[in-house]
Amino acid sequence: MNPIPTCTREVVVKLENGLHLGPGSQIVQLAQKFSSEILIRKGDKTVDGKSMLDLLTLAAEHGTVLELQARGDDAAAALEAIAALFDRNFASEQPTDKPA
Amino acid sequence: MEVRRGIAVAPGVAIGPALVLGSEDFRIPQRFVRVDAIDVELARFRTALEAAVAEIAGHEELAASRLGQQYGAIFAAHRQLAQDPKLVKDIEDLIRQKCYSPEFASSRVLRKYAKTLQNLGDRYFAERANDLFDLEKRILRHLLGERREELTQLTMPVLVLAHNLTPSETANLDKKFVLGFATEVGGKSSHTAILAGALELPAVVGVGSFLADVSGGETIIIDGNEGTVIIDPDEETLGSYRDAERRMRSAAVRLNSLGPLRSETKDGVPIHIYGNIEFPDEVDHCAERGAEGIGLYRTEFLYLERDTEPTEEVQYGAYVRVLKAFPNGPVVIRTLDLGAEKFPQAMQEVIEATPNPALGLRSMRLTLHNTPMFKTQLRAILRAATMGDVRIMFPLVSTLLELRQAKMILGDVVEDLEEHKVAFNAQVKVGMMVEVPSAALLADEFAREVDFFSIGTNDLIQYTLGVDRANPAVANLYSSADPSVLRLIEGVVKASEKHNLPVSVCGQMSSDPIYTPILVGMGLRELSVTPQAILEVKQAVRNLTVPQSREILDRARSLDVARDVENYLRGEMKKFSPDVV
Repeated sequence: MNPIPTCTREVVVKLENGLHLGPGSQIVQLAQKFSSEILIRKGDKTVDGKSMLDLLTLAAEHGTVLELQARGDDAAAALEAIAALFDRNFASEQPTDKPA
Repeated sequence: MEVRRGIAVAPGVAIGPALVLGSEDFRIPQRFVRVDAIDVELARFRTALEAAVAEIAGHEELAASRLGQQYGAIFAAHRQLAQDPKLVKDIEDLIRQKCYSPEFASSRVLRKYAKTLQNLGDRYFAERANDLFDLEKRILRHLLGERREELTQLTMPVLVLAHNLTPSETANLDKKFVLGFATEVGGKSSHTAILAGALELPAVVGVGSFLADVSGGETIIIDGNEGTVIIDPDEETLGSYRDAERRMRSAAVRLNSLGPLRSETKDGVPIHIYGNIEFPDEVDHCAERGAEGIGLYRTEFLYLERDTEPTEEVQYGAYVRVLKAFPNGPVVIRTLDLGAEKFPQAMQEVIEATPNPALGLRSMRLTLHNTPMFKTQLRAILRAATMGDVRIMFPLVSTLLELRQAKMILGDVVEDLEEHKVAFNAQVKVGMMVEVPSAALLADEFAREVDFFSIGTNDLIQYTLGVDRANPAVANLYSSADPSVLRLIEGVVKASEKHNLPVSVCGQMSSDPIYTPILVGMGLRELSVTPQAILEVKQAVRNLTVPQSREILDRARSLDVARDVENYLRGEMKKFSPDVV
């Protein structure tokens, strides 16, 4: 019996307006490309990374620390891709980026 | 009887039964469904949701291509909200488990999430609740059918009362049955108001909230001269309005006799009067009343009448239709002047979400962002120009660089047409609207680079006085008679004279005969006016001499407040044209 691959990683919201509609939309779009379950935790609240509504109710303001968690076969790749979004502060992708 | 005061935007009086257009809120007709109907109701919900998603995707594409990626992204987020698996599951669960109707279930779930957002205690996230209310409205509209269906099913004459009418709704009013309209919001120079003028429908806007007092069916008087709406008029009022209606009809007959007469001052100076039009069909009104050409053809309604962009052929057809009515006179075609108010409702909200839409991406600025669309229009104009005296006019030019950029694109189109051996007229005159104070101040410089000027007073006033022309709270500051506005116009006329450049005035100011004397006094010899004002302006011209008009201008110059200038001009008009109402 194989354990389900699980990865976690912390990111910081550096966006001035917090994790608003546009960036949230980017996360959802990206998360939906992976089969893994993607959870985002702020304090004691955990939401579904594939749900725009959930992300909005998270109200992650500027400076919030979030824990990303992915569970599934492509967990590592999913996490890396989403963390990269935070790292480049949701700026549009470089053309050299690998396909998701 | 109740009298409400608003802003008069299109003259005339209409009397008839009220038709109240539904407000933005939907009434949910049925909260629960029968157990055996659940599958059917679930399917109905999915169809409505799909339609809503497709609609948002359409806006997304349009916004991305016309306004740029960042605007498209906002709709992408809306689309994701609509497709959110949680949301869909919540709604379907309520239908399946509690027998809620799809309308009730959608409304319940979206409002629940909206409330959560509102309670988060962060202003930005609380505002997102509006996005959810928006989505609620959109889904309900697809479940319940088109909102303003009542307008397409008229069988008897009515007066339309609404909170707001968009320009496209106004354009599509059925003139056979709609006698006039009144709205709670809107201002004097909004496009809805301009359209009411074009349709020659008596209209009052900016009445403030009054719909709660009208249930529909009661007799209403819309007085587009005074700007009043009278609900349930008493016999006496009704009688006096019926008399006024008769008198106005006979005055109109008298004015009509002026049609074939020449437009020149008493001392024989010709003042050319052209028509401003929105729709090709308006050329007939212009020709009947003796206009010498079209001084302003606003082409944006070609874009508003349909969901997709009009093809080159559709545009070509419209331009040719106008040219056929005026084979000799000039026909000035203004390139696309789309602003936020002319976008589909959902896109409007996005553009208006920027702090200052009037100072933002609109008109020429939008066109320069959108070269393919611009080129299609220029090709259609250049091709149509083989059939008459067509002129191209660029709107809202604020810097010389913009003008040069537009002319460069025009140059590209010319080259392209030559290369493909398409028949076109390369000698088309190119002019610009002077409607931003910067252009008026630099008229001398601009004059070297164009073939003609047309002064657009509506925007010039808005930008000079810094007044939002659609905001009733400040609409009283908006005046053609303001000395600052008059001085700017005079400056443009002087610069034109120096460069021997034709100049006209095409804003609403030129359509009001009280301003005819000062415009003639400043040296203007071309006026472009709304079709319904052609005869009145012609009458004002024929009652004047040029020296008299200069005297009136001198006196007006000595007054320093808009209200005094306006009162003075009104008094002068009574002296010179006592029979103009």
